[in-house]
Amino acid sequence: MNNIEISNIRKTYQGKTGVTIALDDVSLSINGNELFGLIGPDGAGKTSLFRILTTVLLPDSGSASVCGADIVKDFQYIRNISGYMPGRFSLYPDLSVEENLNFFATIFNTTIEENYDLIRDIYVQLEPFKTRRAGKLSGGMKQKLALCCALIHKPNVLFLDEPTTGVDPVSRKEFWEMLKRLKNSGITILVSTPYMDEAMMCDRIALIQEGKILLIEQPADVAKGFGRKLYSARADNMYQLLIDLRAYDAIADCFAFGHTHHFTVKNELTNPDVIADYLREKMHTNLDIIEIAPGIEDCFMQLMRR
Amino acid sequence: MRILRFLLRKEFLQIIRNKSILPIIIVSPIMQLILLPFAANYEMKNISISIVDHDKSQDSRRLIEKILSGKYFLLQSNAESYTVALEDVEQDKADVILEIPAGFGRDLVRDNKVKTMIAANAINGQTAGLAVSYLNSIIMDFNSEIRMQWAVNPAVQPIPVIEISSLSWFNPLMNYKFFMVPGVMAILVTLVGFMLSTMNVVREKEIGTIEQLNVTPITKTQLILSKLVPFWILGQIVLTVGFIISFIVYHIIPAGNILLVYAFSSVYLVAILGLGLFVSTFAETQQQAMFIAYFCMTTFILLGGIFASIDNMPRWAQMITYINPISYFIDVLRMIILKGSGFADLSRHFLIMFIFAISLNMLAVWHYKKTS
Repeated sequence: MNNIEISNIRKTYQGKTGVTIALDDVSLSINGNELFGLIGPDGAGKTSLFRILTTVLLPDSGSASVCGADIVKDFQYIRNISGYMPGRFSLYPDLSVEENLNFFATIFNTTIEENYDLIRDIYVQLEPFKTRRAGKLSGGMKQKLALCCALIHKPNVLFLDEPTTGVDPVSRKEFWEMLKRLKNSGITILVSTPYMDEAMMCDRIALIQEGKILLIEQPADVAKGFGRKLYSARADNMYQLLIDLRAYDAIADCFAFGHTHHFTVKNELTNPDVIADYLREKMHTNLDIIEIAPGIEDCFMQLMRR
Repeated sequence: MRILRFLLRKEFLQIIRNKSILPIIIVSPIMQLILLPFAANYEMKNISISIVDHDKSQDSRRLIEKILSGKYFLLQSNAESYTVALEDVEQDKADVILEIPAGFGRDLVRDNKVKTMIAANAINGQTAGLAVSYLNSIIMDFNSEIRMQWAVNPAVQPIPVIEISSLSWFNPLMNYKFFMVPGVMAILVTLVGFMLSTMNVVREKEIGTIEQLNVTPITKTQLILSKLVPFWILGQIVLTVGFIISFIVYHIIPAGNILLVYAFSSVYLVAILGLGLFVSTFAETQQQAMFIAYFCMTTFILLGGIFASIDNMPRWAQMITYINPISYFIDVLRMIILKGSGFADLSRHFLIMFIFAISLNMLAVWHYKKTS
């Protein structure tokens, strides 16, 4: 019912330096009442897809529907039933919290009271500041207000474009808990994020890069699809370690991952001790190599390299 | 309707909250209307003159007396020679030099013909031009007096019969403030209607709220009206403030029907707001908008007939003033306030402004659609 169907959407931007392909033949099917994550680096085409689905941008080719309504023909209907929270804070900074909320309620022909149940959990945190100008709120509070404004007309579908970018970890966690509650109340949510850890919170995720969908999977299955042994390496001189690992024949792939380096080997039978010996020869101290379970980020790194 | 009402409420709330808009609307008209007409005064009084009298005869003294007796010229110095007088000009003490040659009186009697020299400091062309023409007319006057005296028989030696006397209609005292005030009022109304509306739309773009509005069910008409109506009202308020100040400070009571002014400004503001919307579709940031709007405003003002008369402009500049909306507004304000023109006299202005209003708004909507 509240599903989103995207088929063969293509979008290019004509620039002075040439044509940029934002979306390249993207097809996606998002079920009703699903929390769907769109994961990808900056410039992957996430925002373009959001703008097309929220009817503010027309695709070059392809078609899409939101809740059964066509994004081109029935744009007015889609605008009524969807909530959109752009990546950038875009509420009126010179209006107060309450005035902003009231404004968006009114232009959707409703009132705060009518749909108060939906936003209560979020709004109670904002209520102490309701007379404060929106521009003077903290980053997390701004996002909560933006979410309230996107929800105030009780949308069937919610589009959230990088809602947690630039928000502190505590607020991010709270924010995702809210999304789960909203999902349970029957709203379909499409959310984009550059953070891999947030992907785990989604029902399903799609990895997107350079306008192409690389994979659509449940987060737990993504890691299973890695299909190879993954090792983590540490030593005192991390930079030299990366160079040496990449120079070694048996290594298929190696990249820096937080405090450690993750690498895969060409031959699954290669004993990690052999690699350790090689590295000790290279005068590495405090060396530590262990096999680890791959995460989503590892999968993504691997997919990106293909 | 409810949505539009709410959109308007939001606009007004933002306007009231904006710390710079209210002073612009109230204080700047007062300041400009009080200061500008006094400053931009074309009336020439107290022109400093250096006189080099080589003749020192009775006739030359009579001429000098005649020149200085009026309110126009102030004697800066009686210089020995032209070089000395030129020093006064160089030091900016004198605006104009009158050199009376030796034998002025004698030649006048003997040859009935004499030459004097006028030299003016043309750094300020306007002062120079006016000073020379004032001086010329005084000398001509002097000339005819002399001829009258000498005419033994007026029938034989005819006095020039054509005398040019001028009457200033609609502004009998040649009070330049009467001329300037309607012009300044037109500028202020344009400033509010044009600049503020442009900035307002671009600001929504800059802070990203236009994106948020675009995904709501608000229609384009509602959005455009919500941007036009507040500044249309503000424009009329500024016009009213202008009338009040021109009455209090300059005692200007419009000779014509004041409602006709409002009728015209109603159409004019729609046109100028359309232009504002058009500019706002070009600009992405307020800085860009400011620059475009500023460029338009200065062009409009300089070619609007407020400081320089349109009739004196070269042909090509006159052509530009035909597509300059502010020149029509200035014209209408002057015609109604000073001349008391009625609708019949202004029907052409109304028609043109209607065309402006419709075409500029259509242009804005067309370009908005094209860019989004």
